[in-house]
Amino acid sequence: MVQSEHLSKQFDADLQGLRSHVLQMGGLVESQIVAAIEGFATGNRELIERVINNEPRVNGYEVTIDGDCSHTIVKRQPAASDLRMIMAISKTVTDLERIGDEAEKIARMSKQIHERDRLQVQRFGEIRHVGSIAVQMLRQALDAFARLDAAQAAQVVREDVTIDDEFRSIVRQLVTFMMEDPRTISSALEIVWIAKAIERIGDHAKNMAENVIYIVKGTDVRHTRFEDLEREAKG
Amino acid sequence: MTALAERVGPETGTEVQNQPALKAEVRGLSFHYGEVRALKDINMALHEKQVTALIGPSGCGKSTFLRCFNRMHDLYPGNRYQGQIIFHPDGLDLLGRDVDPIEVRMRISMVFQKPNPFPKSIFENVAYGLRVRGERNRRNVEEKVEQALRGAALWEEVKDRLHQLAFNLSGGQQQRMCIARALATDPEILLFDEPTSALDPIATASIEELIHELKRKVTILIVTHNMQQAARVSDYTAYMYLGELIEFGVTDTLFIKPKMKQTEDYITGRFG
Repeated sequence: MVQSEHLSKQFDADLQGLRSHVLQMGGLVESQIVAAIEGFATGNRELIERVINNEPRVNGYEVTIDGDCSHTIVKRQPAASDLRMIMAISKTVTDLERIGDEAEKIARMSKQIHERDRLQVQRFGEIRHVGSIAVQMLRQALDAFARLDAAQAAQVVREDVTIDDEFRSIVRQLVTFMMEDPRTISSALEIVWIAKAIERIGDHAKNMAENVIYIVKGTDVRHTRFEDLEREAKG
Repeated sequence: MTALAERVGPETGTEVQNQPALKAEVRGLSFHYGEVRALKDINMALHEKQVTALIGPSGCGKSTFLRCFNRMHDLYPGNRYQGQIIFHPDGLDLLGRDVDPIEVRMRISMVFQKPNPFPKSIFENVAYGLRVRGERNRRNVEEKVEQALRGAALWEEVKDRLHQLAFNLSGGQQQRMCIARALATDPEILLFDEPTSALDPIATASIEELIHELKRKVTILIVTHNMQQAARVSDYTAYMYLGELIEFGVTDTLFIKPKMKQTEDYITGRFG
């Protein structure tokens, strides 16, 4: 999507500022998930604490960027692609903030699990694996946003199915564990919550990707079949 | 905006659009000021009891287009129309040579940019069209004048001073009186040529509110420089540039997802 400049250079600067702030926030959130999953896998206290302490910064980004969106609407009365961009940014920062919450949740639960140390978490390579898919999805969604690439955004939506499948398989595996040794139940449940948090991260990355398609194509592709979404993104 | 339940279909969750009937159809309309071709082959529909906004940069031909509807251009020599404006339900071509422009202006009234009261009383201003039409019955005239002033949301403010000079009214009131004058002949289409550009925000809001009320009875075509106004008051929007109709569509769609890049550039302020 190639856009010429506005008559108002200040408007261009405002929009550019908004977009780069979203990317900064996205960078922070991405590092939060990476650290949270690493903290879960290794029990590294420092990493876990860092995630928990950084969470308010993520919230701060959300409030600031949303405020900037409101100001831009008031000052510029944006239309067409500008309006879509601002609407999408406002929704995207909500998704990013929720991803931040999920990262914090993972960190807090990892802390509990490692303090109790009943279950050998190293055995759950699957969590690491599904976590890396979620991180990859978030990266791609941010990349698609930065480059306004609808085709790449469609790819992210496709990936979400993989995460959902992985989540179900982790749950099945944990159920087996719990049946074998009921002492692992409370820890296993915590791991289920962690897997669920990662699955939610995938959902939010998917929402962000749908927002990118909305910006570029002007079509709201939420709650549509993947085939329709893909056609819209490529069309 | 239509009711939420109407737009969200019960099963599919998709938008439901009902196209209202047509009031007028512009077919292959070109217009010349002498040698200058100001409108180029315009085709467009005007939906009944809906508001259609014409937007575009200065000199794009939107006022010229508006004025074709009530044959205003006939007043100057050298002006030439080509094409048709078919007026429904009669099927009458407004531009036909055998059509009386005075009769057209009774059925298609116009409100201008600046309020233009005649140097007469409020009552006589509003009664003007009726008098031109030859209405002699005093009670009929009084009734129509009251109806028109009520229709223009001005009656309560002026009912005790109908015989005072219209110039004593405020700018916003004068403009509403001009709307009442336009309404007195029971027109089927109302043309507005930037009706609020000389008014303050409060008076503008009252005119916009009035436009919203009026569309229950009449079809409205409005030229505006203010895009937010077009987005607020209209159901359909037409974007014109250099005498051509670039894009015409449902207002909500045109301002969110215009089809043409030229429209997008104009409404997002990227236009030089």
